[in-house]
Amino acid sequence: MTSAAWVVADGWTLTRRALLHWVRQPAQVIVGLLFPVLIVVMFVYILGGGMQVPGEGGYEEFLLPGMFALTMVFGIEGTFTAVASDAAKGVTDRFRTLPMTPGAVLLGRSAADLLNSALGLLVMMGCGLAVGWRWHEGFGRVVVAVALLLWLRFAFLWLGIYLGVRFPSPEAVVVMQILVWPVGFLSNAFASPSGMPGWVAFLAEANPMSATVTVIRDLFGNPGAVDGSWTASYGVWPAVLWPAVITAVFLPLAVRRYQRLGG
Amino acid sequence: MEIHARGLVKAFRGARALDGFDLAVPAGSVHGLLGPNGAGKTTAVRVLTTLLRPDGGTARVAGHDAVSEPAAVKAAIGLLGQHAALDEVLSGRQNLELFGRLHHLGAKEARRRAGELLERFGLAETGSRPVSGYSGGMRRRLDLAVCLIRSPRVLFLDEPTTGLDPRARAEVWESVRSLVGGGATVLLTTQYLEEADRLADRISVVDSGRVIAEGTAGQLKDLLGGDRLDLVVREHGELERAARIVERAVGARPAADADARRLGVPVADRIGALTSVMRALQEEGIGVEDIAVRRPTLDEVFLHLTAAKEES
Repeated sequence: MTSAAWVVADGWTLTRRALLHWVRQPAQVIVGLLFPVLIVVMFVYILGGGMQVPGEGGYEEFLLPGMFALTMVFGIEGTFTAVASDAAKGVTDRFRTLPMTPGAVLLGRSAADLLNSALGLLVMMGCGLAVGWRWHEGFGRVVVAVALLLWLRFAFLWLGIYLGVRFPSPEAVVVMQILVWPVGFLSNAFASPSGMPGWVAFLAEANPMSATVTVIRDLFGNPGAVDGSWTASYGVWPAVLWPAVITAVFLPLAVRRYQRLGG
Repeated sequence: MEIHARGLVKAFRGARALDGFDLAVPAGSVHGLLGPNGAGKTTAVRVLTTLLRPDGGTARVAGHDAVSEPAAVKAAIGLLGQHAALDEVLSGRQNLELFGRLHHLGAKEARRRAGELLERFGLAETGSRPVSGYSGGMRRRLDLAVCLIRSPRVLFLDEPTTGLDPRARAEVWESVRSLVGGGATVLLTTQYLEEADRLADRISVVDSGRVIAEGTAGQLKDLLGGDRLDLVVREHGELERAARIVERAVGARPAADADARRLGVPVADRIGALTSVMRALQEEGIGVEDIAVRRPTLDEVFLHLTAAKEES
């Protein structure tokens, strides 16, 4: 086999390792998948009645695209935990003393996490349909929206890997689990920034996650897009560029950090 | 030389973890790196196993340069790190198969090798139990089995028994000994002198990033000059008086351990010293609970070496 073929083969071996974890710890996977469902149910049925939604449609129509993006961003927790625990336990060092390319480890991680997030997205969309969310602009646009969501996940994957090799400790996992909340909420996922105080609204608009949410709301034909059609003026570019910037910064950092781990 | 390091230097934020580290280990031998925490043992292992790039010096392992030919070095070595580097969720068999695949054994061969190693390390009965439920000793044995998937030429064991109970430690020692029978070269780091004494053919004492003494356990013990006389007095209050009597009898001031009521002193003529000390103590009416002549322990050699370095 050529070395490129080995990268793929080793990457697949490591993806299978993650899949084996799912099989051996199904409870963890199920809890992970159902947690966002719980948030949806709470927001739609408990808080939803009192929420002001820009444009037409119920709160569930506004919330669900936000929840899709939030599920992608929260995926960073899983990436971080897996990478940090491998690094802390010396498993990463063992990988690095094996005659395989470091790229395979990162490839295996990203494939497994993207698969997990794709499954999570599927569950969320099912949950959305159950609570009354719909898409209105045809299936082709749904496919584009899903691709943009996974693209967002891909970007946060590299941030997660970088942070995991940078801070490999159980304490850091807890900090990460807390920090994803303000990051997720300081966005346009749950409420329109137009109702927030000036500087908070500015941060919420600037959150890379908000760009994806705005674009996919438009693609699904859900309410919330500012001033009519956002995509009419910018197209899908904000949701393409933000993740591209994050990836461009953190992918090389993650690879570099991984190669000289502990050094 | 299967492992050959010359003048290795590695600094972390200005502090030198390795400071002119030299090491030469011939093929087929077990070499112990002995030193306190922070002496640079693990850093040396990480450089030799290609995990760390040194700031200076050269490191050759199995005939290849660790810096310029890391792939060739990786293909020849196995590393047992300080913590059991295992997937805790998977079973022992799944761990062995996973690492076997990553060693590019192929699915069938990886499965066969996993079964063989489980058998050899007494783990065949563990079935599908996750590693998280293993005892410390089982974990360490599985860890060692993973190192041996490819029968490495050179094996690095970084504090293989730290944190294990005496029984598990004996199990690991047993495994290491059986390995050496297979012809591998082993570099072992340890803080336990007994471990180095039992397993290693030669020992390098490491302190502050360099080797300060090297030799067989016997040679290192000879550094302290011959035998030692140990005695325990019956009454705590008589320790000081007994020390003066011993000093008069053998001509050297003994070291005293007040809590254990023990005196220890190096002696040149073992039987002569023993009889003259016994006689003198009897004449003065000092009760002795225990008395023995013995060779120095590696602990004493180690304390002597590191203390001498601090004074200089």
